[in-house]
Amino acid sequence: MKNWFTKLLGQLGVLAATVLVGGILAGALVRVSPGFGTDERELDARLDEASRASIRAARMADRDLFRFYVRYFGSVLRGDLGMSEAFHCPIGQLIRYRAPVTAVVMATGIVGGWALAFAAAIPAVLCRQRFCAGSIGLLTGILICVPSAVLAILVFNLGGPIRGIVVLVIFPRVFDYLRNLLRDAYSQPHILTARAKGLGTWRILFRHVLPAAAPQLFALAGVSAAMAFGAAIPIETLCDLPGIGQLAWKAALARDLPVLVVLTALITLLTQVCNSVSDWAGRKGEAGRI
Amino acid sequence: MTRRYAFRLWFALALITPAFSQVADELRFCLRSDPKTFDPLAVEDDSSEAVRYLTAGVLLRVNRVTQQLSPELALSWKVDRQGRQITFQLRRNVAFSDGTPFTADDVAFTMNRLMDPKLHSVTADAFRSSDLPPRVSVESPDKVSILFAAPVSSLERLFDQVPVLSGQSRQKTAVLGPFYVADYKPGVEVLLQRNPNYWKTDARGIRLPYLKSVHLIIQQSREIELVRFRRGEVDLVNSLDPDAFEQLTLQAPTSVYDAGPSLESEMMWFNQVASAPLPSYKKAWFISREFRRAISESVNRADLCRVIYKGHARPAEGPVSPANRFWFNSALKPHPHDTASAIHRLDRDGFRLWDGTLYDRGGHPVEFSVVTNAGNRPRERMAAMIQQDLATVGIKLNVVTLDFPSLIERITRSFNYEACLLGLTNLDLDPSAQMNVWLSSAGNHQWNPNQKEPATAWEAEIDRLMRAQAAEPRDAARKRLFDRVQQIVSEEAPFIYLVNKNSLMAFSRQIRNTAPAAVQPQAYWNIEVLQKTTQLAGSK
Amino acid sequence: MKLLRRLSITLLCLMFAIALAADLAPGASYSRQFREFANAPPSARFPLGTDDLGRDRLMRLLHATGISLLLAPSAALASTLFAALAGGLAGYFGGWCDRLLVRIVDLMLSLPWLFLLLAVRALLPLNASPLTSLVVTYGLLAALGWASPARVVRAGARQLRESEFIFQARACGSGGIRLLWRQIVPNLRPVLLAQFLTSIPIFILAEANLGMLGLSAGEPYPTWGNLLQELQNPSSLRLEVFATLTAVALSVCCFKLIFPMEVSRI
Repeated sequence: MKNWFTKLLGQLGVLAATVLVGGILAGALVRVSPGFGTDERELDARLDEASRASIRAARMADRDLFRFYVRYFGSVLRGDLGMSEAFHCPIGQLIRYRAPVTAVVMATGIVGGWALAFAAAIPAVLCRQRFCAGSIGLLTGILICVPSAVLAILVFNLGGPIRGIVVLVIFPRVFDYLRNLLRDAYSQPHILTARAKGLGTWRILFRHVLPAAAPQLFALAGVSAAMAFGAAIPIETLCDLPGIGQLAWKAALARDLPVLVVLTALITLLTQVCNSVSDWAGRKGEAGRI
Repeated sequence: MTRRYAFRLWFALALITPAFSQVADELRFCLRSDPKTFDPLAVEDDSSEAVRYLTAGVLLRVNRVTQQLSPELALSWKVDRQGRQITFQLRRNVAFSDGTPFTADDVAFTMNRLMDPKLHSVTADAFRSSDLPPRVSVESPDKVSILFAAPVSSLERLFDQVPVLSGQSRQKTAVLGPFYVADYKPGVEVLLQRNPNYWKTDARGIRLPYLKSVHLIIQQSREIELVRFRRGEVDLVNSLDPDAFEQLTLQAPTSVYDAGPSLESEMMWFNQVASAPLPSYKKAWFISREFRRAISESVNRADLCRVIYKGHARPAEGPVSPANRFWFNSALKPHPHDTASAIHRLDRDGFRLWDGTLYDRGGHPVEFSVVTNAGNRPRERMAAMIQQDLATVGIKLNVVTLDFPSLIERITRSFNYEACLLGLTNLDLDPSAQMNVWLSSAGNHQWNPNQKEPATAWEAEIDRLMRAQAAEPRDAARKRLFDRVQQIVSEEAPFIYLVNKNSLMAFSRQIRNTAPAAVQPQAYWNIEVLQKTTQLAGSK
Repeated sequence: MKLLRRLSITLLCLMFAIALAADLAPGASYSRQFREFANAPPSARFPLGTDDLGRDRLMRLLHATGISLLLAPSAALASTLFAALAGGLAGYFGGWCDRLLVRIVDLMLSLPWLFLLLAVRALLPLNASPLTSLVVTYGLLAALGWASPARVVRAGARQLRESEFIFQARACGSGGIRLLWRQIVPNLRPVLLAQFLTSIPIFILAEANLGMLGLSAGEPYPTWGNLLQELQNPSSLRLEVFATLTAVALSVCCFKLIFPMEVSRI
């Protein structure tokens, strides 16, 4: 019991440390990027010199990164995530409002993308007709080459669900991996034996093939979260879905340091949780198989 | 049974009818981004300005079509003491949207808030002619005068941008404009409802506005905005791209409108900052008037207008667009597209064209880069066309697109650039709004900002002329002075003005009383009289 | 299958050769603007029509094909090799190596690398050639794009570590990096292949999206990425505009057919 508890504490400690490092590195990246501390209002000729100086001073307040971190993490520990420079709004409020939108987009993308990928990969592997496998491969090949912006406009034009566009982005990316994993699993000697002994297709698939590929499937599921978030950013931005992806993009363009630090910390946490869960599930799957 | 049925039918109709007419009397259009603020005094972005225009009551309003000043909350006004004092006679029996009466105290409250030194906004800065705050005197409940320490040029026109706030109301959202903000969903929409206490009526005595609500949808993508317009989900598009305009012209020709040149222009300039991290031979090129004029004459402006703007633009003459009827210097002409003249100018300046490449006196091939903001497709295309035009005189132009913050850093802080291609929107018709561009000591004097002393005689002359026009109370005299500024700019070409874009917009066929203008907000400046035809009678 | 593989190799080589030949052909230019023929439909003079500046779309596509066929697969290969190395090391050795690499991968997936790209672009001279800018962009994409597949490779390596043939190889005296390189990585081929093939179009599209921030080749240099942007404008959606999409999809399919999917096991 004590061992388990110590292990858990250790994991949580590593998690927290990684999130902290993620936030610090994000701040450093933003700080060294060109355009940090600028504001497009500086180009407005109607503002006088005092106003421009005030704008510049406000934007350069976070120039000293060390002081920024000390001040900022202190306020985070007090429960205050700070104020967004670009949106003039508390960051906590922004995230509370936008997180559900992105959660729906990502969940739709992951579930739908994987369902489609399975629906395409299984026939592509099982079907002995090269035409079948080739057609599916061609379709995914075309889908993966179409920019998300074009997909978004096409789907919008057809009156389709905007949130479903992420499905079309995730599906071709997952399909190739999935097909190769399943094909690899099907070529295992024990699968050949099972087929030779007359075991049914679906029984082989669910009892032997999927468990064999489980660790890598779980690993792929873990990175799907990062893939889904990456896909959500351009779609939310183009289709004006007020999610975290759109927030991240606008904050990046405005060099909004506090927002980017918080978002990176959140994404690091989410990525680690997803990957840790997928690792654990993979290990369990492997242990079960043995 | 029949009576029960009739009652149910009547009840259902009674429920449906108001809802139907409310939806039908709602104007829908898109904002490109979330409003950054709902404080009308702190407005700096287009979306916040749109909300302010629709909700704020002002003392005076510039008619966007005639560009003349007209009375609003002020019945009359008088400017004296050489532009230092303005006195307003206010309308009586006007109330805010929450019922609070409008008086001169509210004007005083507004001016005191506006001139708070901590408030840094374009509206406030326009009034700051000196460090001393103005003195506001409430002479009676319907008369107020404001005295400034120094003359403010075109003082009365500035009140078009000043929203009158309530000093007494407990509600922050109490407004005097035709609508008030009823709901805001970040990233989604802003809903404005009709102000039941709006003071304006039409000629028949019907209280305005005709519309019951305005639905502002936050939509960044122009392509999706266009799809929504075609589907009837939005009723107007305030600013159309030329490509979209041509598309809609084919599909629904009566829905689009070209109001002629807007106040927007595209221009290019060279970095003339002495301390810029550029090779000295390049600096020598950029400070040469002949070089700049040669570049200007190499650019085919007619092609830019035809190819990029599909004919919905015109070659620019100078800093003022012809849409600005009073201040435009009609004596100026755009620099002609004349490659022979360009080569002759370069030749006079010591450049030599050899084997298709231009060389300077030192034998350096003439090659420079132009930076512009990435993601602006028309500007990128413009840069590509200028690149080909300059190739005909042996100049190699490298087009570098940068994201906006990187671009701002280069042109305002590090000055690590050679040439820049950007657009300019004169939101204000008066040239005093451009003081920070023309004064050599100012920060927006883009080609060589923050000069301790004017670097050239012509910049010193521009300084003198701009200060003189700012202090001059008579419009005719100011016009003469500013015409001379425009002439100098045309001759010296610190900015190479390329094109003036046209105001393009689209309206749904259901919208009535439209009066497209060249000045923003071009499509809905007369929002209070816009009407939407409905299928049900009696919705008016 | 062999026939298909040969056909694919031939087709790719042909595409590359035509692209090179087009560059060398006298009078051919991807940048020359025929302004009187802007947005022209296909004709004898312009087989794929012209773009919005009157530039020959076919010449631009051929030039873009040549450069993108070189750079995109090279970047994809580099990122796949990085993924194989990182994932293989983590999965095979386990322990602190695994834990450290996993954290690095998680950070790589979470950090806003856009700012690094912007910083690198700022360091490049303004008059750097578009090709230099493009090479740097693809190089950065390769350096940053390995994290996602590294995890999948790691899971596969961990699984293979416990395989019987690995035990046998160890029993025969094989170990360390040699075992990793000779036994484990080849058996991760399906995953690595999927990564390689998926990365090619992803990098092409990433290069196009980065062009929105000025992180790609400047005008008038055509790339597959910036040609695909034409599809975003509904008013210009004609059949010839899909030529770039066809070329990209065709190349990706050819790569899929070239590399065999079967895994060889010892």
